[in-house]
Amino acid sequence: MSDFLILSFVPLLVAVFAAMACALPGTLLVLRGQALVGDMVSHAVLPGLVAGFLLTGGASGLAMSLGAGASAVLAVGLSEAIRRLARIEPGAAMGITFTTFFAGGVLLLEMTGARGVHLDVEHALYGNLESLIWLDATGPASLIDPTALAGLPPELPRMAITFAGVGLGLWVLWRPLVLASFDGGFAGGIGLPVGLLSLALVVATAMAAVAAFAAVGSILTVAMLICPPATARLLTNRLATQVALALAIAAGAAATGFWLALALPQAAGLPGAVSAAGMIAVVAGLCLGAAALWGPQRRRAGV
Amino acid sequence: MLSALFLQAGYNATLVTLGAAMLGAAAGATGSFLFLRKRSLTPDAMAHATLPGVGIAFLVMVAMGGDGRFLPGLLLGAALTAGAGLWVLARLSATTRLPGDAAIGAVLSVAYGLGIVILTVIQTSGAGRAAGLETFLLGSTAGMLWSDAVLIGGGGLVVVAVLFALRRGLLMVAFDARHAEVLGLSPARMDAALMALTLGVVLIGIRVVGAILIVALLITPAATARMWTDRAGPMALIAGAVGAAAGYGGAALSAAVPGLPTGAVIVALASATFALSALFAPRRGVLARAMAGRRLA
Repeated sequence: MSDFLILSFVPLLVAVFAAMACALPGTLLVLRGQALVGDMVSHAVLPGLVAGFLLTGGASGLAMSLGAGASAVLAVGLSEAIRRLARIEPGAAMGITFTTFFAGGVLLLEMTGARGVHLDVEHALYGNLESLIWLDATGPASLIDPTALAGLPPELPRMAITFAGVGLGLWVLWRPLVLASFDGGFAGGIGLPVGLLSLALVVATAMAAVAAFAAVGSILTVAMLICPPATARLLTNRLATQVALALAIAAGAAATGFWLALALPQAAGLPGAVSAAGMIAVVAGLCLGAAALWGPQRRRAGV
Repeated sequence: MLSALFLQAGYNATLVTLGAAMLGAAAGATGSFLFLRKRSLTPDAMAHATLPGVGIAFLVMVAMGGDGRFLPGLLLGAALTAGAGLWVLARLSATTRLPGDAAIGAVLSVAYGLGIVILTVIQTSGAGRAAGLETFLLGSTAGMLWSDAVLIGGGGLVVVAVLFALRRGLLMVAFDARHAEVLGLSPARMDAALMALTLGVVLIGIRVVGAILIVALLITPAATARMWTDRAGPMALIAGAVGAAAGYGGAALSAAVPGLPTGAVIVALASATFALSALFAPRRGVLARAMAGRRLA
């Protein structure tokens, strides 16, 4: 039990919170046909994270999150500008933008002191879920022991707060956001600020992606933003049910993936564990595959 | 640094630089057809889907008692899983109501996750000499063998040659698929050929540019070329030239400065070219259009 508390308790919860925080904005992105905004945001946070790290001279969570959020919003704005000014289709404009940002982040990491200190390319690519150990835990009693709780890795409260913040923000804006997503023209006609609402969704996506990025790395953030909402999309036509399903699938995939990453190598007789973040993405993908094969609402209406 | 730019940094480095230039030319030219067909992000899914194949091929080659880092073997594995990823993508688009971009994002992230899982299996089991497999993520020309460079350059040459042979059919399908069908061309077959060529570029590109960023070489040079011309033929030529220059410059720079990730440098060079073109190109550039607008007003 204390082994579980020390080694697995925190990463498991962080993974579950990260997946659920991503599933919320992800649901709207998938409905709006903007799933690749998630892809773009999760790549584009890298230079901002590094810049925040460099400017504050250390791994200050707040500075890095602010930098990452700023560079994500900047990337979305830039790709929109490229699409309009250079008159290029949106997919290509996004592709140019996020590869540039990601390459810039990698170069910044490799060419400055940030490399190898607390942040390196491998964390950006794989995440560092496994390193979130809770050394102060001695047994179940630690869960109510203030001194032991003070030793919790800061990523856990940060992730929980992010989930709560993203959830609260989207809850407040839910009705106008949904209206603007399904019928932007009508929403604009009755006076809703459609552009600002889109920006709010991008900011929520960036917040979730930044927090998840630290735990599971860039590409797997994409899996969390897209796979559970896409799975839920194939299961139901009701929006409320879809959100609930996306959250449940996200949490389930995170927990199952985390457990499999420990259990599978043991069963196969391999030493150590495989990447939990990777395994979570694989489980989320299997959920989507099952929904694509057997989901009750997998086909387009009328087909 | 200058010596690398002028190909005087040794025989091996020279060959690698030339190989990267050939890769860039093939990617730019192929990318301009993808751009016209509006399939710019499909190769991103394909490129991420190469990772599990690279890992599996490594494990298989080590199990058979060989050196796991034999490039043709790794590329064969990469081709198999990239093809599988493309198949899944096509099935998701054809049989479900998921938007195309959600399907691309799902395939690329899940395939990448699987790739990372297999990479960690290789690392923890200590199978063979795994060092160097990470170069398939971000690309590197360091430690590339003479035969690898020949494979990459030769592969690029083949892609360019096939592209040249198929250019008319590909263009007709890109601009007017119906018309092409009336003339007896099969759009499905032409699309399949274009995807095969793209797969070829991705395969020869992952060792140099890396799976995460190779898509940039297929998009950015094509978009850059679009700024300079309205005609498809010149566009493919310009895109090829931009890609070749980025590949050449990136490989030379990273050979001169140790530790610089080749892929990121190549992408940064291509992006800078695009930014300059989008601003300053005659007629389609932002400045030129702003000035034309003022003259009208």
